[in-house]
Amino acid sequence: VSRVLIVGASLGALRTAEALRDQGFGGSITIAGAEPHLPYDRPPLSKAVMTGASSLEGAVLPLRGDLEVDWRLGRSAVRLDVARRVVALADGAELPYDGLVLATGARPRIPSAWAGVGGVHVLRGLDDARALRAALAERPRRIAVLGAGFIGSEITASARGLDLPVALIDGARLPLAGAVGDRVAEYVAAQHRAHGVDLRTESTVAELEHRNGRLVGLRLADGTLIDADLAVVGFGVTPNTEWLESSGLVLEDGIVCDDQLRTHAPTGPLSGVVAVGDVARWPHPLAAGATVRIEHWSNAAASGAIAARTLLHDLDAAPTHPPARDTVPSFWTDLYDVKLLAVGLPALATTSTVLSGSVEDGRGVVGYGRGGRLVGAVAINDARGLAPYRRLLAAGSAWPPEPPPGPNASAMSRPSESPDYAQEQS
Amino acid sequence: MRVHVDFEKCRSNGLCVLAAPEVFDLDEEGFLHFETNPDASLAGAVRDAAQACPTRAIDIDEP
Repeated sequence: VSRVLIVGASLGALRTAEALRDQGFGGSITIAGAEPHLPYDRPPLSKAVMTGASSLEGAVLPLRGDLEVDWRLGRSAVRLDVARRVVALADGAELPYDGLVLATGARPRIPSAWAGVGGVHVLRGLDDARALRAALAERPRRIAVLGAGFIGSEITASARGLDLPVALIDGARLPLAGAVGDRVAEYVAAQHRAHGVDLRTESTVAELEHRNGRLVGLRLADGTLIDADLAVVGFGVTPNTEWLESSGLVLEDGIVCDDQLRTHAPTGPLSGVVAVGDVARWPHPLAAGATVRIEHWSNAAASGAIAARTLLHDLDAAPTHPPARDTVPSFWTDLYDVKLLAVGLPALATTSTVLSGSVEDGRGVVGYGRGGRLVGAVAINDARGLAPYRRLLAAGSAWPPEPPPGPNASAMSRPSESPDYAQEQS
Repeated sequence: MRVHVDFEKCRSNGLCVLAAPEVFDLDEEGFLHFETNPDASLAGAVRDAAQACPTRAIDIDEP
């Protein structure tokens, strides 16, 4: 009977374990996680958990009765030896495996001088959420959110929902601009302003001002002093791969994989060792074969099934498990009463156009293209309008996309009726 | 197959609509509408929708 070891204990790890059982794996599954917690979901942490509207326990993922997992929680993995097929943990234990799943995720980036200052937070894990929630319950005088990406934007919206004053600071011209492009980002910026956020773009923080180890404000590069007694740093994440540096695996801002999530040794694909979630980097058809590393929930959720199929193929060394089909990435964010929903990889785009509706009116779909191909689409409050583009992306649509076929076509305005689109065509 | 949605959990994020637009729909107010008894040919898409739901609001009974 073979043994699968999963290193990391978050959504990608749990989905891989579920998929292994769904695909008939009868061997043992061990999950080793650095945190003491059973798998939990991150999306609620910047929303209902942070504000206190739901409990910390509410974020914990339900465990299926058929998983039969041997949990090793609260111990980090420190070394992988692929020749001996063992993973060493921080307490000296060695866990042997026949199949290995690398699911160690990523951690927030924060300047080292800021990390120990009282009142300065990051938000990645359950313990971060517990600390931030407690700090917000004390009603800080003013919050500075540094970085207007997804996490910073959601924290800002949640804090405004608690009627706390917020300054949102980012070096770029617009919030979320790298992820969704200027058109949608302008709309997000307008939403922040309409909800009373002190939005400061093209601004960088030069230093934190603190007194007796507590944050009292921050100084921007242009000399402006921002009053704040609580700061949340949302500067993005670094994949947790340092523990693999002696393993020989190919690492490059993540663990480099093939399109079936199989890892690589310098000599080629490494049979029986796969990676999932935020830590995995693999070639994506929408990126014309270039590798991408996707940090969204849906990627962690969907990659488990692909990794499980690959692992079972390698362990059985039999062609009984067909290659996984391509998945179309998707992500969403809730800001105030706005639902953004996206498919594909809009961050890759070099051009975009409104496909239906109107961004300014708060309901519509924007398409994203690169190299003559559709690479993504983002909907503002319009999941129905977006659905056909997921299928077009899966089918490898040209840019600009044809009016969408399928069951929802009648509900949509056609791109050729959109003035923006016609303008770009002419 | 029978589809159940827990409206206490549903946040109208629309991931189910992406996975199975023949079965799930969000109206302009953000209310979810769905087929409770979809055709068996849609079973795969409905399972994908349940897996894609970030709040695990969708349950499926398969005979």
